[in-house]
Amino acid sequence: MIIEIGHFALILGLGMAILQMTVPAWGAYKQDAGLMRIALPAAQLQFVLLLVSFLALTHAFVTSDFSVQTVWQNSHSAKPLIYKISGVWGNHEGSMLLWVLILALFGASVAVFGGNLPDQLRANVLAVQASIGVAFLLFIIAASNPFIRTFPAPFDGNGLNPILQDPALAFHPPFLYTGYVGFSMAFSFAVAALIDGRIDAAWARWVRPWTLAAWMFLTLGVAMGSWWAYYELGWGGWWFWDPVENASFMPWLAGTALLHSALVMEKRDALKVWTILLAILTFSLSLMGTFLVRSGVLTSVHAFAVDPSRGIFILVIMLIFIGGSLALFAWRAPLLKKGGIFAPISREGSLVLNNLLLTTACAAVLIGTLYPLVLESITGAKISVGAPYFNATFGPLMVPLLLAIPFGPFLAWKRGDILGATQRLLFAAACALLVIVFIFATQSRGPWLAPFGIGLGIWLVFGAISEVAFRVKMFRAPWEEVFRRLWNLPRAAYGSMFAHAGVGVMVIGIVATSAWQSEKILAMKPGQTVAIAGYEVVFEGVAPSAGPNYQETVGKFSVRSGGVAFMQLFPSKRRYTVEKQVTTEAGIYASWAGDLYVVLGDALEDGAMSVRLYFNPFVRCIWFGTIIMFVGGFISLSDRRLRVGAPRKTKTQPPLPAPAE
Amino acid sequence: MTRKQRRSLFIGVSVAVLATAVALVLVALEDSIVFFYSPSDVTEKQIKPGQRIRLGGLVEEGSVKRGSGTVIRFAVTDTIKSIEVRYEGVLPDLFREGQGVVTEGKLSSTGVFDADSVLAKHDENYMPPEVADMLKKKGVWRGADAPQKAK
Repeated sequence: MIIEIGHFALILGLGMAILQMTVPAWGAYKQDAGLMRIALPAAQLQFVLLLVSFLALTHAFVTSDFSVQTVWQNSHSAKPLIYKISGVWGNHEGSMLLWVLILALFGASVAVFGGNLPDQLRANVLAVQASIGVAFLLFIIAASNPFIRTFPAPFDGNGLNPILQDPALAFHPPFLYTGYVGFSMAFSFAVAALIDGRIDAAWARWVRPWTLAAWMFLTLGVAMGSWWAYYELGWGGWWFWDPVENASFMPWLAGTALLHSALVMEKRDALKVWTILLAILTFSLSLMGTFLVRSGVLTSVHAFAVDPSRGIFILVIMLIFIGGSLALFAWRAPLLKKGGIFAPISREGSLVLNNLLLTTACAAVLIGTLYPLVLESITGAKISVGAPYFNATFGPLMVPLLLAIPFGPFLAWKRGDILGATQRLLFAAACALLVIVFIFATQSRGPWLAPFGIGLGIWLVFGAISEVAFRVKMFRAPWEEVFRRLWNLPRAAYGSMFAHAGVGVMVIGIVATSAWQSEKILAMKPGQTVAIAGYEVVFEGVAPSAGPNYQETVGKFSVRSGGVAFMQLFPSKRRYTVEKQVTTEAGIYASWAGDLYVVLGDALEDGAMSVRLYFNPFVRCIWFGTIIMFVGGFISLSDRRLRVGAPRKTKTQPPLPAPAE
Repeated sequence: MTRKQRRSLFIGVSVAVLATAVALVLVALEDSIVFFYSPSDVTEKQIKPGQRIRLGGLVEEGSVKRGSGTVIRFAVTDTIKSIEVRYEGVLPDLFREGQGVVTEGKLSSTGVFDADSVLAKHDENYMPPEVADMLKKKGVWRGADAPQKAK
């Protein structure tokens, strides 16, 4: 019964989306306020209907209703509750439902919080948002309906792929989708602006919080995926340039560029056409990501059942939206008036450089991701483009960007003073140099470029801190004044400080772990000791054990440092009984200095086990850096100037951030 | 600086960045892409030792030899030809005789394939598409959508 309600709500949701797509757009065309206002209840009702539908499916998963095909294929009664819930989106049908639910959530938030948007813009935005919803709801109902029943109901389900039964991965898709789909907001605003033929700084003020929110979730979603791959796959790496990873990373790069160009548009009314294009491209990359992941054209964990009709359906949706919006752009963009002019050396100029490098890097990733697909469809040759390609293209494009980041906030709008900025950055440069020299003096192994990479990270962290330090006159004014200035500083300034420093922390983690990772593969007998990165690891033996839905062989390792045992690690091999699969659980001793990472291999002939050990220095910094970036985004989002719907008080409105005197 | 000069500076910088990127991409595509071959391809196309390739097929039944160390030897076959593979490390969880496998590495001068990675499958029923396509082409595909099993 509940399943039928869910199914019915899904179809009603489609009806509501069609209403929301057509009537308000017609109203906007006819200048009819009544028709335009239908978008508001429609958007909210669409969300409620899809929520009912989603909850019905969740109910089926939680109660293990195996008469529902999706549940039968992807769940099992012996699974822990959390994985029954995460199983809802651990499969193709359910994850598409989550996708449209989040899409509808963003639409509904515009309806609820968009009180002070111009009527016409709001009607068009909601109509465009609904059109995406219509396309994907049609796809779900026609080609991947989660509510299809099987008869007779099987006794038990097939279970969920065990490597997906993991806490970090349970929450990875909702975060990732909130990011992916969140960019639909920027897309809808861009298309609505093109339909209107009008765009101004207020538009950017509207788009920025949505983009920022989407960016924050995507940052965390990508980081969670990487963290999961690190500890679950047991390969000791944290990023593999896998096409599916790239599919989530490309919208992130474009979204980061969009975030910065919207800033120029908001403050200076410049870069309008570019910002619109970037908004379209960012969401197009999200759509492409959805296509790559969902169509099964890629070899990946995420490629569920391969069904060509589904792939073609999403491909058509993607081509209609990308082609349509780009055609609209080509037709209408020339109408947009050119905005303020600025000197090459200025805040705007630095943000243009940021955009140039981010989008070029994104294009390089795109080429590497699609090249195998294109080549195979043309020549039939099967190739793989791996990490060496991405390191050779993405890396060199990132270095100038990272070098330039600290300069940006020190340059004034319109016309900046590069010498002044350099002077203010001397402290950060000195810190970076000191660290580089220190590493050269103490480290004998590793590539010679690595110390410079660490220096780059230090430069970013201290550069970000210097900016705020100069703005509050740290060490140059009395303490009361410094505190007053710290208190009054717009939150967006703290936001950018945290975000940029977070990048620096991440760079340190990436460089350190790539350059100085230690790895050992060996056959160990119980009682044997191996030394790695200053630790001694003793293999104590293996023992069988049982979990709720798996059997495992657990290895016991003691970690000693300076002869004192202080830690035990239990890497294991798990055999999931229902799914008949084996997974590797790494044993990880994590510290700020680095992770000791032990993986249990196969049993060898003479009672030995093959064992793989890694030491990944500073690897935590990678994910810690992304958390700092997320926090930066959050602080910035809480800034009064960005808060949607907050009445603008002329009295408290902070001045445009001027460069420090 | 006039508006025109400003614009040409922006265009100049953009072109420089794009040209660098294009150069990087072309060089990287030249150097770092890896072709996928089946064991028969390796003989037919006379792949030279030292060239980095991906070798895929089925793990031949009864071919897996584990010594007391961490070096593992097994043969990859497309049921027509088979090539011996040498790999040092921990095998993926679903590595099994008779199952599909993709390995990456170089052919040594003795004709043994020195693999430095053996790609993991994530699912019991999942066959790397490269291997599935290849087996279909050779007419030895026995998978889910094989013609003899069609409903």
